[in-house]
Amino acid sequence: MIEVRDLHKSFGKLEVLKGISTRIDKGEVVVIIGPSGSGKSTFLRCLNLLERPNRGEIKIEGKSLMDPCTDINKIRQDVGMVFQHFNLFPHKTVIENITLAPVKVRGVNPKEAQERAMELLNRVGLAGKAGCYPSSLSGGQKQRVAIARALAMNPKVMLFDEPTSALDPEMIKEVLDVMKDLAAEGMTMVVVTHEMGFAREVGDRVMFMDEGMIVEEGRPEEIFERPQNQRTREFLSKIL
Amino acid sequence: MTNLDFTIVLPYINLFFRGALTAVEITLLAVLIGIFIGTFVGMGKMSRVLILKLICSTYVEIIRGTPLLVQLLIFYFGLPQILGFTIPEFPAAVLALGINSGGYVAEIVRGGILAVDRGQMEAARSLGMSHAQAMRYIILPQAFKKMIPPLGNEFVTLLKNSSLATTIGFQELTRAAQIVAGSTYRPFEPYITAAAFYLIMTLGFSWILGVLERRLAAGD
Ligand SMILES: Nc1ncnc2c1ncn2[C@@H]1O[C@H](COP(=O)(O)OP(=O)(O)OP(=O)(O)O)[C@@H](O)[C@H]1O
Ligand SMILES: [Mg+2]
Repeated sequence: MIEVRDLHKSFGKLEVLKGISTRIDKGEVVVIIGPSGSGKSTFLRCLNLLERPNRGEIKIEGKSLMDPCTDINKIRQDVGMVFQHFNLFPHKTVIENITLAPVKVRGVNPKEAQERAMELLNRVGLAGKAGCYPSSLSGGQKQRVAIARALAMNPKVMLFDEPTSALDPEMIKEVLDVMKDLAAEGMTMVVVTHEMGFAREVGDRVMFMDEGMIVEEGRPEEIFERPQNQRTREFLSKIL
Repeated sequence: MTNLDFTIVLPYINLFFRGALTAVEITLLAVLIGIFIGTFVGMGKMSRVLILKLICSTYVEIIRGTPLLVQLLIFYFGLPQILGFTIPEFPAAVLALGINSGGYVAEIVRGGILAVDRGQMEAARSLGMSHAQAMRYIILPQAFKKMIPPLGNEFVTLLKNSSLATTIGFQELTRAAQIVAGSTYRPFEPYITAAAFYLIMTLGFSWILGVLERRLAAGD
């Protein structure tokens, strides 16, 4: 589904990604962990070209993102992204947040988009908030709307960049629950998170990144119980 | 002090009212032109297309680096020499003020766009919107809201600057005062009256703007 080969990314002189290679299969849930500044967000953002890699190859369902002929807007329609700070559109109601892209980008008719949005809001438990503005929602509610907004485009992959890091502890579960459901339905997911419980329970694979490289990856129980690399062990001992 | 007599302007008071109305008219039209030009120039200045960026920056620098009075004179007296026909006073004043305002509004637009959180553009693009769509549906509506206070200031500035249209013989508020001063041989009272008209208009407008701002702030 996603193939990454020898991915490099620098900001000026700072080399942030130093040759990342991996593949993510359909329906797989990959959890990325690693210390701050290790390049987790940058890697995720390369997967929908919010950052342009300097070198290497990314293919999504066989289509190269690095090929200048590829229509990047088209690719992004199939790659949903959920941000740490939600990034809901504050001047639009909850339902408008969800229907805007399907209507304007995919050309879905507004009525159908509304129905689908209500369906998604039901699924994230927020049907009652359709007409509200984001400012009146709690953090957990905002993030669930953001997930619904991304799902409205019927993406093939969902990227999550620390979706619960900006939330009060009591709201983390409601967002993780939505993500668990999504994983159970077979969505392909790449999740950067510090929620090790989630990684263990839902992850098919855990990827430990440090200094712009994938240091170690494997099944959650392998990484958490028998980490092979010294740096992985150090990191885990600090956070567990 | 004893020889001050404001009743001498009373017979001409309609002239002042009409002048004030014209001043508001030119200003409104000029601001609209300014917003139109400014939106494109402001975005152009942020463009990645180098030539566009250069043109837009040059425009802003020229407008902001030269006096409005000189711009007006070029427009009304200078251009006809090249064009071969004169532009009537009203459109000349509106256009010159509008083009001038465009340079300042461009900076306001740029500031407004930069004030919108970067995450908004990223969220829009990640949903597959093109840059233009993201601008139109997500960034500009939010930027305009942030631009309302500085645009209000621009309106006030322009309203005062509209008095410069007097120099091209245009019949607005300042010109009204000149006429009255000329025919009564008493310059003090008519000019004070004109100043009072400007002050009432700018204060009134600032007040309306304040109310509007509080409304918008409540909307967030
Ligand atoms: N747009 C940018 N311009 C310059 N430097 C950047 C930019 N984005 C990220 N960086 C730098 O790249 C490095 C990696 O950043 P990245 O956000 O990918 O790390 P991360 O693993 O997600 O960290 P965190 O856990 O803190 O989110 C950091 O040193 C960061 O300062
Ligand atoms: Mg990060």
